[in-house]
Amino acid sequence: MTKQNLIHYIYGIADNALILGQRLSELCGHGPTLETDIALTNIALDLLGQTRSYYQYISNLTTDGSTEDDVAFLRKERQYRNVLLVEQPNTDFAYIIVRQYFYDVFHYMLLQELQLSKDVNLTAIADKSIKEVGYHQQFSGDWVKRLGDGTSESHDKTQQAVNDLWVFTEELFHLSNEDKIVVDSGHGINPKSFKDQYFNKISTLLEDATIKVPESKYFQKGGKDGIHSEHMGYILAEMQYMQRTYPDMKW
Amino acid sequence: MKKNWPLWEVFVRSKNGLEHRHFGSLHAPDAEMAIKNARDVYTRRKEGVSIWVVESKYIKASNPDNNAEMFDPADDKAYRHPTFYDLPDDVEHM
Amino acid sequence: MSTNEIKNLEEIFEAKIARDEKIEPKDWMPEKYRKTHIRQISQHAHSEIVGMLPEGNWITRAPSLRRKVALLAKVQDEAGHGLYLYSACETLGISREELYEQLHSGKAKYSSIFNYPTLTWADIGAIGWLVDGAAIINQVPLCNTSFGPYARAMVRVCKEESFHQRQGYEIMMTLCNGTQEQKDMAQDALNRWWWPSLMMFGPTDEESTHTAQSMKWKLKRKTNDELRQQFIDQTVPQADILGLKIPDDNLKYNNDTGHYDFGEIDWSEFWQVVKGHGKCNKERLNARKNAWENGKWVREAAMAYADKQHQRKTKQTG
Repeated sequence: MTKQNLIHYIYGIADNALILGQRLSELCGHGPTLETDIALTNIALDLLGQTRSYYQYISNLTTDGSTEDDVAFLRKERQYRNVLLVEQPNTDFAYIIVRQYFYDVFHYMLLQELQLSKDVNLTAIADKSIKEVGYHQQFSGDWVKRLGDGTSESHDKTQQAVNDLWVFTEELFHLSNEDKIVVDSGHGINPKSFKDQYFNKISTLLEDATIKVPESKYFQKGGKDGIHSEHMGYILAEMQYMQRTYPDMKW
Repeated sequence: MKKNWPLWEVFVRSKNGLEHRHFGSLHAPDAEMAIKNARDVYTRRKEGVSIWVVESKYIKASNPDNNAEMFDPADDKAYRHPTFYDLPDDVEHM
Repeated sequence: MSTNEIKNLEEIFEAKIARDEKIEPKDWMPEKYRKTHIRQISQHAHSEIVGMLPEGNWITRAPSLRRKVALLAKVQDEAGHGLYLYSACETLGISREELYEQLHSGKAKYSSIFNYPTLTWADIGAIGWLVDGAAIINQVPLCNTSFGPYARAMVRVCKEESFHQRQGYEIMMTLCNGTQEQKDMAQDALNRWWWPSLMMFGPTDEESTHTAQSMKWKLKRKTNDELRQQFIDQTVPQADILGLKIPDDNLKYNNDTGHYDFGEIDWSEFWQVVKGHGKCNKERLNARKNAWENGKWVREAAMAYADKQHQRKTKQTG
């Protein structure tokens, strides 16, 4: 395993936290109640904090002096390795919650495994993050139940969100060839080991929430290989605005 | 349907060994959410280790109009306090 | 109650406040006290949540991860402060929904400063430095105000807000130590935010209608003009450290008074914005209305779920 392989692998985790954190930060001030605003912002802050830990590690691994911000803001779209799920827009509160839940459950299982990695830096980040993510999945799970089993309007909106976002779940378990090298070396982890568990868990909760689990076997992927949805360009245009407009300045 | 989230009172224990103290209130649809919201609203700077919530409508309060009858009679019961009793200064450990 | 009885109660009430005793929600209070407090506390709460918007505007574009989390945490705090203040207001017998309604219908006011646009990153620095700076000056005395729930909310708010101004000043500092372009950006932000910040203290004492009564109830400890002067006196040296110029040619230290003299405030602009004709009045209000209206089905869903759960439980045990 080369250092480059490892960096590539870490992007595959860290970029999810960045892009989901970015999506959630769009919402601050626009949620259904002050209480939910504050809660979702906490989740965004957790994710961005995790992003920083990963990027700081990457910055230590590189020899070209890249900082966490260079890593966050100066890559091209194709170099971001987040999954398509997290870049999906904040269509409505049902999408926001379902997107969160689909990601949180995966994220938690991933961190459980990552705690066993050979890489002490990654285990340290996982140890810290897993508590945060444990809370995220409770929060989003609670909300899926409330929206799914709430009113008929909320049920329909939730079903719609589940149907639309379901196609992005499979990609969570995708590994690139480089990822496989890192997994084989014992530094990375193979998410396939908990794939069944993942689908069992979310299906059980969806049923609990009176939501039908989609039967579709057609899935979308590409984000992990840097081939994103059309949304990604806009996310980056906004996120990188300052860095691109005023290159090489300190803020 | 027009039904708003009820108001809850939040009590937080800052650390073990201390009592729960009233921190404020918030709105939530049910107890589970009230605890979560309280966690996010009132303990985001690590202010607590335990949270109680109770729907505000269940709190029964004494009526301040009756404060005279309620609380003033305790005013002149100085014998409930240690300073009421005269002891020589050289008596120790008491 | 007879007029005499009420008068008697009012005297006892005023004496209590004069002795620095707190008024608690269930205590008897004159109707005017209740109304004034609902108005002021809710206006304060509205300002917090409308105030989230101009800054929230820059969270997704913050230039570094460190700045992004700091700004996000700050805007989140403002949501928290709005929440504390609405809660304090609710103890006076009005619901948050009613208060929102007053905001959305335009009946209730909020601080006009938030009707100005945030155009560059430096505006985030300027807001933290100037707007939060002015807010702190307004708020610190309120920690001792006569109405207990308001005073307690303000203690919490002031404690949490201590990082907000530093956050803003640090942004300005970084810009002023940066490239010429960054310095210009900082100066431009100061130019645009200076005068509106001075207006945050409200009309001059001669024009202000509420001051005397508010002083008595400890809603105010100093007059608008005194607070404004305090703000100017403490901010000018801070601008000097940054190497920025306050956009006021008449600003000059007065050796006799020990204060800065300053130029005429454009009150016609102040009243224009207060009356709803600032650059962003419509956007701000619409953003709040949309958030509330779009969230309706979410709030209803959660209540419906809670009802169902309750019924299920009663069935089980019953």
